[in-house]
Amino acid sequence: MSKIKKVDRPVISKKLDEFFLGMAKAFAFVKRFFKEVWFPPYEFKEVLRQCYEIGYRSLPLISLTGFIIGIVFTNQSRPSLAEFGAASWLPSLISIAVVRALGPLVTALISAGKVGSSIGAEIGSMNVTEQIDAMEVSAINPFKYLVVTRTLAATFMIPILVMYTDFVALMGSFASVNANELVSLSTFFVQVFEAVSFLDIFSSVIKSLVFGFTIGIVGCYKGFNSSRGTEGVGQAANSAVVMSMFLIFIEELLIMQIVNAIRYA
Amino acid sequence: MHNEQEKVVEIRGLVKSFGENHVLRDVDLDLYKGENLVVLGKSGSGKSVLIKIMVGLLKQDKGTIKIFGIDTASLSQKEMNKFRLRIGFSFQASALYDSMTVRENLEFPLVRNVKNLTRKEIDFKVEELLDSVALPDTINQMPSELSGGQKKRIGIARTLILNPEIMLYDEPTAGLDPVTCIEINNLINEVRERYKTSSIVITHDLTCAKQTGDRMAVLIKGHFTSVGTFEKVFEEATDKQVKSFYDYNFIR
Repeated sequence: MSKIKKVDRPVISKKLDEFFLGMAKAFAFVKRFFKEVWFPPYEFKEVLRQCYEIGYRSLPLISLTGFIIGIVFTNQSRPSLAEFGAASWLPSLISIAVVRALGPLVTALISAGKVGSSIGAEIGSMNVTEQIDAMEVSAINPFKYLVVTRTLAATFMIPILVMYTDFVALMGSFASVNANELVSLSTFFVQVFEAVSFLDIFSSVIKSLVFGFTIGIVGCYKGFNSSRGTEGVGQAANSAVVMSMFLIFIEELLIMQIVNAIRYA
Repeated sequence: MHNEQEKVVEIRGLVKSFGENHVLRDVDLDLYKGENLVVLGKSGSGKSVLIKIMVGLLKQDKGTIKIFGIDTASLSQKEMNKFRLRIGFSFQASALYDSMTVRENLEFPLVRNVKNLTRKEIDFKVEELLDSVALPDTINQMPSELSGGQKKRIGIARTLILNPEIMLYDEPTAGLDPVTCIEINNLINEVRERYKTSSIVITHDLTCAKQTGDRMAVLIKGHFTSVGTFEKVFEEATDKQVKSFYDYNFIR
């Protein structure tokens, strides 16, 4: 699959060589995705099936987590704001926190655990049981059928899940605010939309697209490159989660810096 | 048995190593039209590597493989994919897609490689092949519901759906009970008769070899030490390693 050749003797040291070789392989994998995504055959049916798996099947977990985050974050923030007599600012504070950071980050981390591990294990197990080879010898492009479809589905579905998480978290926050400050739903959401800007929503969507792509491509990469054997499948699933989470935090940091630079320019 | 004039596969000077492990060293082999050639050897002797190189799953370090007179190393990926439709590969562990039913497993390569087929034509082809492997009732079952022998049969049916001219069987009887082994051996012979295929059967099972093979080729330490009929290779064997391979299979 890859044109990268392994040399017999270490160039720098064995570990560094392996690191750079791994980076080059990963880069080649991502490059291949962008090369293959534009050309037919387009596996629409498989993309839709994956959207269902990634999106719809994540809803119960995302709903529960989002609602609890809304309640907990509101309850934790209230004493600090109340100390300054600013408890009425809760809807604004929560909406900014949820839309800018909490919603995308929590959804991405949960999806990295649920979706990333499932993609890594599924493709890893297909690799171990020669199902990927079986596709290849039947003149079916396994990269297109497995990697492109799953990565596209994750890229499309994570932003939708993020918006849903934002909404559910705000509803959780409203439940707490309504119970303690007796604020109505309309007043709560008026404050929310006053606090949130177009840039917040736009950056949240862009961030979610990046997170979704990361979860999909890392899961597929780890599965595709899993070593033979059942242990390799477990390792693929595990390292898909660890690598996705690590990259999501780095991306969050970088995107936040860029958005802040635009915001305060 | 074979037509000496028409070679469908011609392998010359094939070399393949994995690091320090030199699996194939200067291998030569021919497959003639309509014959069943059995490649025998111990586990890890490079039998499966040989057929994986033939279909482009692995790349050789040196040497040439000509299939239907075409050097496979000279083919682009697109050309190789077209070429692969003429070669069927039956995997050791069947490699059925475990998220698909038997019907979907058989349809999958067909609908992706043959355009403009009607639903009726696809169903006809799938049912015909399931009949030919004597498993018509499994059509809506998942691979996890099938026995090892059934999986092998469905795997062979899936391979046949694209009408290959060459069949490559990787350890077709591995892990099966003796009765199922005989059924699979009979199926391999039936496939040859019915679909007019030429085949390479990779095995270390001498019963399978005797029942299915017109010629045997014994792979020892990266070389084919003996090539010929079963009688010539084993019963008149002079090579110590070939003899011990024969004795071990029949004494146990």
